[in-house]
Amino acid sequence: MHLAHYLGLLHRAQVNLADAFRQVGSAHGEEPDVYHLCQQLAERCDEHAAQLQPFAARYAEEAPAEPDRLHSELFRGTRSGGIGLLRDLQDLYLMAAECDISWTVVGQAAYGARDRDLLAVVKRCEGETSIQLKWLRTRMKQAAPQALVVAE
Amino acid sequence: MVDRIADPWGPRTPYGAGQEWPVRVDTFLDGDLRESDVDSWVQSASVLHSNGDAVDIAVRDGRIVGVRGRAVDRVNRGRLDPKDLYGWQANNSPDRLTRPLVREGGRLVETDWDTAMGRIVARSNELLAGPGGWGHFGFYTTGQLFLEEYYTLGVIGKAGLGTPHMDGNTRLCTATAASALKATFGADGQPGSYTDVDHCDAIALWGHNVAETQTVLWMRMLDRRRGPNPPAMLAVDPRSTAVTREADVHLPIRNGTNVALMNGLLREIIRNGWYDEEYVAAHTLGFDELARRVDGYPPERAADICDVPAADVRRAAELLGSSRRLLSTVLQGFYQSNQATAAACQVNNLHLLRGMIGRPGAGIYQMNGQPTAQNTRETGADGDLPGLRNWDNPEHIAELARLWNVEPEVIPHWAPPTHAMQIFRYAEQGSIKLLWISATNPAVSLPDLARIRRILRRPELFVVVQDLFLTETAELADVVLPGATWGEKTGTFTNVDRTVHLSEKAVDPPGEARADLDIFLDYARRMDFRDRDGRPLIPWTTPEEAFEAWKECSRGRPCDYTGLTYDKLRGGSGIQWPCTDARPDGTERLYTDGIFPTDPEVCETYGQDLATGAEFTAEEYRAKQPGGRAFLHAVDYRPSPEVPDEGHPLLLTTGRTVYHFHTRTKTGRAPQLDAAAPDVWVELNVADAERLGIVEGDLVGVASARGAVQARARLSGIRPGVVFLPFHYGWFDQDPAERTPRAANELTITAWDPVSKQPLFKVAAVAVARLADGGGVPSPAPTVGGSAPVAAVVPATVGGPAAEATSHTGGE
Repeated sequence: MHLAHYLGLLHRAQVNLADAFRQVGSAHGEEPDVYHLCQQLAERCDEHAAQLQPFAARYAEEAPAEPDRLHSELFRGTRSGGIGLLRDLQDLYLMAAECDISWTVVGQAAYGARDRDLLAVVKRCEGETSIQLKWLRTRMKQAAPQALVVAE
Repeated sequence: MVDRIADPWGPRTPYGAGQEWPVRVDTFLDGDLRESDVDSWVQSASVLHSNGDAVDIAVRDGRIVGVRGRAVDRVNRGRLDPKDLYGWQANNSPDRLTRPLVREGGRLVETDWDTAMGRIVARSNELLAGPGGWGHFGFYTTGQLFLEEYYTLGVIGKAGLGTPHMDGNTRLCTATAASALKATFGADGQPGSYTDVDHCDAIALWGHNVAETQTVLWMRMLDRRRGPNPPAMLAVDPRSTAVTREADVHLPIRNGTNVALMNGLLREIIRNGWYDEEYVAAHTLGFDELARRVDGYPPERAADICDVPAADVRRAAELLGSSRRLLSTVLQGFYQSNQATAAACQVNNLHLLRGMIGRPGAGIYQMNGQPTAQNTRETGADGDLPGLRNWDNPEHIAELARLWNVEPEVIPHWAPPTHAMQIFRYAEQGSIKLLWISATNPAVSLPDLARIRRILRRPELFVVVQDLFLTETAELADVVLPGATWGEKTGTFTNVDRTVHLSEKAVDPPGEARADLDIFLDYARRMDFRDRDGRPLIPWTTPEEAFEAWKECSRGRPCDYTGLTYDKLRGGSGIQWPCTDARPDGTERLYTDGIFPTDPEVCETYGQDLATGAEFTAEEYRAKQPGGRAFLHAVDYRPSPEVPDEGHPLLLTTGRTVYHFHTRTKTGRAPQLDAAAPDVWVELNVADAERLGIVEGDLVGVASARGAVQARARLSGIRPGVVFLPFHYGWFDQDPAERTPRAANELTITAWDPVSKQPLFKVAAVAVARLADGGGVPSPAPTVGGSAPVAAVVPATVGGPAAEATSHTGGE
């Protein structure tokens, strides 16, 4: 059973996203909404990772060796300025999208494994990830015209 | 005679449930003048608070000499707030701006209108020439101009320049009211009517010190409380105020925990079966999710988070749950606090759950903080589009494009209009290069003043300020335009219960000062804004023509004005919108049929996630199939972005006194009001004061991570761990050599609600220390209202002979 690998993928993606939210928030402290919301959303990601942890541990016992190229590297540090903010939010968007689709995949596997507890965790968390995506999109839509057309 | 400084609320006229509120006519005239000395009385309404009290302006020899409440009006039935009784004197102040000013060699010097407007227009054309030129313009307006002026400004911004960067200082006072109404009911617009006070059997005041913010509304509540079958009263406020002292249940909760309290109360309402199952099923969406979410907040948990006794949470729930005609009012304790929109929506939830909406006595006032804030919202001079239209609905944009005869692409609608804090951020970053500030004083009223001053001083930023006086903000401008004010120009405005009043010109403005409408029209003419067919974009030239144009814009929308005319508003009472051919007398209450404007074609928003502000799309909204039902929003409590720590162990909250409005631009120039509250103070709980070695009158330093202020201590009934500073005090009336930092916003945090974008003025962490002995002299805080001292040794605030006004009841 390979579910453990996807749980590991999702777990690490949530941990990385939490870390990236914190870094981007701190790098753009002069955008107070970005700063405060990134800190808040990082906490949600921490909670998601913590809820996945016991399932990852349990399924790991039945798992074969981890396949190659399982994890992705989507974040290489923050930037500054108007376009820098857009690009940083875009990085977060891609990372949240990875979490989002991984929740879907893990949710499907939970049905297959008839694991009600895991399914409950997926249902609790996937909606929050989807809201994170929406917030990032909303904030980027607001910032894009000024950063790309108006600012020098 | 009555001293309305010593007694801001005047004599009682008790009445019972279902009776008409008795008339009481309040008058104040200059010096020894009598009514027979007055040449003419000119119809208007109040502009020094948001209640919308109708007033007649007394004119003698071409000068304003006093005011009298209008007995015929539905809002105040003749009564006036002390700020209205005395505040008109500021019109006659000798330091009014009478000529335009421009900056020359670092100094502001007098000039003529051609020169001043010429500079603005030259800079505007320069900025418009490049790609994305629209994005260099920012407008920061107010909640104190007239409807006609906002609508004109809105058309200039949205169809002339095509910039989304326009907002009002309404962002600081009513943005959350609008957001909560939109989120729950689909569109802005108060469900209730002031006459609900006449019928209710319970009043809940949510973070609303109505006794000092809307005194006439408080008089109405007090008159019910003194009459037969008085309504029960619940107050939620960390301070001790005239309201909390009157209330049957007072919950002095920890600042920033409103959502926890509301969830706890809603849980009790649901668990005890105090909700209207039939109404909920027929008229709302989201009950199951709400019930599930609030179930996690038993009274003990809510009490623990809010730091009040669990038994009091239960008592409050019982008061709410057992009422049959419940009236709720909400203001800054919710709007300027943590999770603002989410908390305000829970009040809407309470009324939806109990089916307490759209009938006499069962009402909600999501209050406004300013007299004309409702119009800023309706006409699109803030973060909304004109006529309460939805920026994300292409058909709404097409309607505006047809109305103005412009291409739809000109109207910025790719995102919501830019909110005030973001406008200042773009100015800070340099992409906004022209900032036009009308009738507001951000150098004193925005959070973190050191930062705001830095932005306004940027040499690259061209700042235009339009005001009556050389305010703290005007001092930093490149061009200052002298405005005419209330009593010197004609226009309409609308209060919180949708009552529209006409305010007529009584006297000429001083010197070369001009009506704000004329200034905007002059700019539009000089910029030569044209429509698609080459005709002037803005064809109107008078207030009445502007009003007629606005009526067309409002046609068919929730705020329909098409049944109103200036003539209809003359002589009698104000009239509540919607007012149409079908409803020629206006509309007392909205949603009497339980049908809400949530239809996707009608609604003002497709909705947002209340925790993050993430926007939902049209498709997502349609999928909910609202079909005229209201939304019950469920939200978990989250702590404030700033909570006390070792270095800053106390919580700061800011607010008003009954004697002043905003940054005292007018009230500080009315002698009676100025004398009643001449200088800043800080309110401390006795236990905190004792621990810090502070007694009444001591000089105290209050510091946050942003800055520090000094103020004399008032030991008051505020909850332990919380300190209060009034936000009124800037430095325009201080000798520059003797200026000490005293503006509350030196301390406040730059943070805002994710949905309404309203700044959080109620939750800054601060440290307090004693700086100097007061020598036994009490602080300058008034002894009336929220700043009432706990010790009896402080002499009472009185106005004396200069404040003698009259109040006539019973047809005298």
